[in-house]
Amino acid sequence: MVRFLQRTYVYLIFAFLYAPIAVLISLSFNAARSRGSWGGFTLQWYVELFQDRVIMNSLYTTLFIGITSALVATIIGTAAAIGIHNSRGWQKKLVMNLTYIPVLNPEIVTGISLMILFVFAKLQFGYLTLLLAHITFNIPYVILSVLPKLRQLDKNLYEAALDLGAEPWYAFLKVILPEIMPGVITGLLLAFTLSIDDFVVSFFTTGSGVATLSITVYSMARRGINPKLNALSTIMFVAVLLLLIIVNVRQAQDEKKARRQNDKENTLSLVGRASAADIDPEWMQQQ
Amino acid sequence: MTDQQLVHLVGVSKIYDGTPALKEIDLYIRRNEFLTLLGPSGCGKTTTLRLIGGFEQPTTGKILFDGRDISSIPPYKRRVNTVFQRYALFSHMNVFENIAFGLRIKKMDEKTIRAKVGKMLDLVNLTGFETRSVDSLSGGQQQRVAIARALVNEPEVLLLDEPLAALDLKLRREMQHELKNMQKQLGITFVFVTHDQEEALSMSDTIAVMKDGEIQQIGTPEDIYNEPRNAFVAGFIGESNIVDGVMHEDKVVEFAGQVFDCVDGGFGKMEPVDVVIRPEDVKLVQPEEAKLQGVVKSVTFIGVHYEMIVQAAGIDWLVHSTLMEPVGAKVGMLVAPMDIHIMKKVSFG
Ligand SMILES: Nc1ncnc2c1ncn2[C@@H]1O[C@H](COP(=O)(O)OP(=O)(O)OP(=O)(O)O)[C@@H](O)[C@H]1O
Ligand SMILES: [Mg+2]
Repeated sequence: MVRFLQRTYVYLIFAFLYAPIAVLISLSFNAARSRGSWGGFTLQWYVELFQDRVIMNSLYTTLFIGITSALVATIIGTAAAIGIHNSRGWQKKLVMNLTYIPVLNPEIVTGISLMILFVFAKLQFGYLTLLLAHITFNIPYVILSVLPKLRQLDKNLYEAALDLGAEPWYAFLKVILPEIMPGVITGLLLAFTLSIDDFVVSFFTTGSGVATLSITVYSMARRGINPKLNALSTIMFVAVLLLLIIVNVRQAQDEKKARRQNDKENTLSLVGRASAADIDPEWMQQQ
Repeated sequence: MTDQQLVHLVGVSKIYDGTPALKEIDLYIRRNEFLTLLGPSGCGKTTTLRLIGGFEQPTTGKILFDGRDISSIPPYKRRVNTVFQRYALFSHMNVFENIAFGLRIKKMDEKTIRAKVGKMLDLVNLTGFETRSVDSLSGGQQQRVAIARALVNEPEVLLLDEPLAALDLKLRREMQHELKNMQKQLGITFVFVTHDQEEALSMSDTIAVMKDGEIQQIGTPEDIYNEPRNAFVAGFIGESNIVDGVMHEDKVVEFAGQVFDCVDGGFGKMEPVDVVIRPEDVKLVQPEEAKLQGVVKSVTFIGVHYEMIVQAAGIDWLVHSTLMEPVGAKVGMLVAPMDIHIMKKVSFG
């Protein structure tokens, strides 16, 4: 009985969470313009969507900002992760905490503070500010994806490359980068996802004429519900969902691998300890 | 003589955050020598290797290579290669590419690379493993890839940091032989780190025994085993009984409440000393035949001989003997004067 209740409870939560999305998705295929009645199945709204100039422009903006900000954030974030990994003591702690804060910060705070910063720096609001904002909020996520990979690295790996004659830059490109690549790509995908998913920060940092998809959805919705919006939202939902699934699967695989590696290392150190105990020089001092 | 000294550490210290890991080490390594750094954990063996490899800078002193100071030359410009304790193989490359890594940096042509890598694979018995991923190899195989990857660059010195520590006993014995053979065959100078004294004794031309960042003694395995300079070396190399004694005069020493003849001299009158006696040098006889009498406390058969603990004069003595005495038996212990080693007292940190 308790089990039954528990289960029902879980289903109810899911129902509440996903009902609005389910309604949205089914309405996007509804031939009737009104939300109250079902007028049959249609793909008409999807076709119209791709003919709408405003929407297509904001799609390009979203993709451009998403790809560019993800790439730039990945480069900066990876470099930062390496720096953090190689620093020590209180400096490391400080930078790590500075990295976590933007992740936990409410988006609206990030958005407004960036806006104020851009005003202060006298930047023209538009593509550039939007891009800078997206790069900024993406960097911590890249750092947090790359750091675990760096921790898994054998600490002698880089030295082994130098030892074999590689100059530092070559050692980084040929040895370190390929080893941490899975984390870098996860960071890139995550950054891209967060960028196309974002509304709040974009809203505060974009200028006239430059709109991402989410901003376009918002401004169109204010003018009245348009069935095209249902179609657009459905596409965005599916795209972000897919990306998140990919990111999660990658992270899960990575953790599995890390665990296997840890097991190996534990046995290694056990062996080491056993052989050290074989020759205990202390017994003679007890004499 | 100087051309024989390939690597020379001159008064080298290394201080990490105020605590010294190496204290003014003087050490030279001859060409084609198999030199082993032996010592307990934390004595500075890895630090010494890392200084020679170029991964650390000495705090004081300098490192000469062929007579030239290389203290400030980066690792990628030194004609030295390292086999790391955890292998540090490149897991995104297969066996072939791992070994070819150094050759590709030197921009050799594909044919030469193929030939050289092939020869190395043959040397370490891994022919046919070219395309295997390194993660799929056993510990011993990974070990051999690491050795091949270093040796293929034809270094003048090969540094090996406890390369056999993670292998099981049987594989370890095999690899000890293989390594020794490779070293002779290729005529490369090996600097080998271990904390296993048997491994050190069986493989090395020269052993440097270290403790607390200092070299206690350097010499051939025979020298170090037969003529340990102090109680620490004696205790670390092979098993020993080490007891407090007092020198009465030259060739007369008192320990365990008795006065014995010995062969060492040159100590002050009544100077406190360490007396070292190897367990195999104690002869068990009838109680009345010896100055030292004791009771057998335990007996263990360990293959070639029995290992016994005999309590005499309040001290537990380790005795090796091919003849067994039962537990509780009263025995006498005889030691020949030349097997009583007298050593100056050293203070242990
Ligand atoms: N990077 C470092 N920072 C601070 N201290 C260090 C560092 N590397 C080594 N040490 C210290 O220097 C001393 C010597 O270390 P080293 O690694 O050379 O010992 P080892 O003889 O190789 O020991 P083991 O047999 O355990 O490998 C140790 O006390 C160690 O804690
Ligand atoms: Mg070490």
